[in-house]
Amino acid sequence: MPDEPLTPAETRDLRCLAAAIIPASAYYGVPGADDDLIFGDILKSLGRDRDDVRTALTHLATLSGGSFTDLPPDRRAGVIATFRAQGATPLAILTRVVLLCYYRDDRVMRSLNMEPRPPFPKGHVVEQGDWSLLDPVRARAPFYRRVS
Amino acid sequence: MHDKVDVLIIGSGASGAAVAWSLAETRMRILCLEQGDWIKPTDYPSNGRDWEARFFSDFATSPNRRARPTDYPINDDNSPIKVVNFNGVGGSTILYTAHFPRLHPSDFRVRTLDGVADDWPVDYETLEPFFAENDRMMGVSGLAGDPAYPPKQPPMPPLPLGKSGTRFAKAMNKLGWHWWPSDSTIATTDYEGRARCINLGHCTPGCAQGAKASTDITYWPQAIRAGVELRTRSRVREITTDEHGMASGAIYYDADGVEQFQPAEVVIVACNGVGTPRLLLNSTSGRFPNGLANASGLVGKNLMFHPYANVYGYVDEPLDGNHGPPLCLWSQEFYETDRTRDFVRGYTFQFGRGYAAILEAINSTAAGRLPWGEEHHRIYRQLLNHRIGLSAICEDLPEEHNRVTLDPQLKDSHGIPAPKIDYTLGANSRRMMEHGIARAKEVLAAAGAGNIGTEAPILNGGWHLLGTARMGDDPERSVVNGWGRSHDVKNLFIVDGSIWVTSGGVNPTSTIQALALYIADSIKQRLANLFD
Ligand SMILES: Cc1cc2nc3c(=O)[nH]c(=O)nc-3n(C[C@H](O)[C@H](O)[C@H](O)COP(=O)(O)OP(=O)(O)OC[C@H]3O[C@@H](n4cnc5c(N)ncnc54)[C@H](O)[C@@H]3O)c2cc1C
Ligand code: SF4
Repeated sequence: MPDEPLTPAETRDLRCLAAAIIPASAYYGVPGADDDLIFGDILKSLGRDRDDVRTALTHLATLSGGSFTDLPPDRRAGVIATFRAQGATPLAILTRVVLLCYYRDDRVMRSLNMEPRPPFPKGHVVEQGDWSLLDPVRARAPFYRRVS
Repeated sequence: MHDKVDVLIIGSGASGAAVAWSLAETRMRILCLEQGDWIKPTDYPSNGRDWEARFFSDFATSPNRRARPTDYPINDDNSPIKVVNFNGVGGSTILYTAHFPRLHPSDFRVRTLDGVADDWPVDYETLEPFFAENDRMMGVSGLAGDPAYPPKQPPMPPLPLGKSGTRFAKAMNKLGWHWWPSDSTIATTDYEGRARCINLGHCTPGCAQGAKASTDITYWPQAIRAGVELRTRSRVREITTDEHGMASGAIYYDADGVEQFQPAEVVIVACNGVGTPRLLLNSTSGRFPNGLANASGLVGKNLMFHPYANVYGYVDEPLDGNHGPPLCLWSQEFYETDRTRDFVRGYTFQFGRGYAAILEAINSTAAGRLPWGEEHHRIYRQLLNHRIGLSAICEDLPEEHNRVTLDPQLKDSHGIPAPKIDYTLGANSRRMMEHGIARAKEVLAAAGAGNIGTEAPILNGGWHLLGTARMGDDPERSVVNGWGRSHDVKNLFIVDGSIWVTSGGVNPTSTIQALALYIADSIKQRLANLFD
């Protein structure tokens, strides 16, 4: 089913899994990856990864005996461990979509002391550094091989 | 049918642009066919909040992942190193990282000096003025006085050291090993209409500021002003020949997918080390049943990448992260052959700054360093902006079994057979990588880094595509002669990375372009008797 949106069951499992990957943290003052805004971004951003994400979710549902979300919390850890051991490329791609959306959320970026903005046009400052560090190298005689 | 042109260039990348500009002064009618589009500065990812994500979609380095209509697929399943490129005006310079070392004098004499592979039919001294001209045209920043090279004078000052560069500089001094600010085609001052770098730090997928010298903003504006025509969305299927066995032009598909024929007096191929053999192998005829310019059987063979050994670690203080151009220093300490080692030839170290937020998260999750669950946030904060890394760019020796052929099934959107890569790492390259990894770990230890990770060879590191239509004096052992002309077809030239005889251990574009300028100059010198 390429390009079709995820089913409600797949969507629930993806959300539950996103929270398992990156849970909210009161200590760091950040939402989890299942937060409304972030998860909405994830769903919108599946794009060319949708088929792999769906493959990973089908695998997760199979390991869960139906629905990952409906598993009792104490069984989830075991399923996640197996899923991570077996998930291969589709799981890596699913994880990548989650991370791509999580680490561009304004609240998350601010918590990391990053300005929530694109690099252009403001750019960044990089210090020039101390070029006297080169002095010992400057003192070396040329050492490329000469060819006559 | 179109009017005949004097010179038809196929491909508008690093080499195609340089050759077009150089030939423009002859006032010949010159046309370049390019399968891709112009890329506008506003198209580049660093303009938007999804800038990191687009590195995995329309600005991915792999053409198979990027899959723009202007890309062609590449079957590289049988290679531990995957091909990366860009197809558009500027070619792969749109996505290159602008690290701009030259080959060294010894690289042109590997058989004489080290008893391996073959010597080149040209040498450093011959190319020297073309290196310098190219440095001016591309706009190189750097510092004169590097003891690893013959004297050269970059036109702009070097990129800043920053916190990461300073760490590396101190570490290298502690070890007593060579390091030097890299030559880079990133403008550190305003230069010839280009604005200086403002450290956006996302140089690879295109520079919105225009500080990075891709050839769409260096050579092309000047070539077009001088009268060269550049026709985009023109994908060449094959080069045609006439009854005398001379190239007569090219058949291509235009923007509407309509087949066109472009006649020409001279054809110059600049499609890179994968695109060029693909095109030549697709250009079969009764006279050239194995592909054009392929009497030697060497078209597509001797593919060389530079296997990259990347080693990185984490330090306790925050460094530059992804701010600033990522590559700012090199070391040639292990470049020249040392008979006490278990390999010949050598490698360059290129030193990198860190990663941006998302790339750090993705890579560290994949490496098992960044956990899922409660601990995620704490560990992530220890990693972000704490990474430093360096890569050994290892010289790959030519081996005929490493090759580009035509895939029997895979085709591009116009039905043209796609290239297939068969490549294995040679024993010498493998031993060199091991050496590089061990030395890199010493550097990281001296820089106070722990939590060391390694990727060798870098999987998506097939950015240097070399050797598949090699130059040489012997028509049985090479595809083109010492100034780029096909041995078999006297009005057919090749100017891109495919003509390399050996790969050296540096990023190749400076030398690719110097060679293209040298070939253009050789053509200009011989205009009266070009086909003799
Ligand atoms: C991610 C990345 C990072 C890199 N970093 C560096 C670096 O730091 N330093 C360095 O020196 N090099 C780097 N490189 C390599 C550098 O980009 C190449 O060495 C250089 O661009 C090769 O020049 P070329 O002329 O051989 O081919 P290209 O620049 O690849 O140009 C080939 C052109 O031919 C066109 N073409 C191909 N086939 C056809 C056809 N059938 N019809 C019409 N047009 C066609 C393509 O669309 C393309 O525009 C990097 C490359 C990549 C992808
Ligand atoms: S760091 Fe400099 S060269 Fe790189 S993208 Fe930013 S402005 Fe351009």
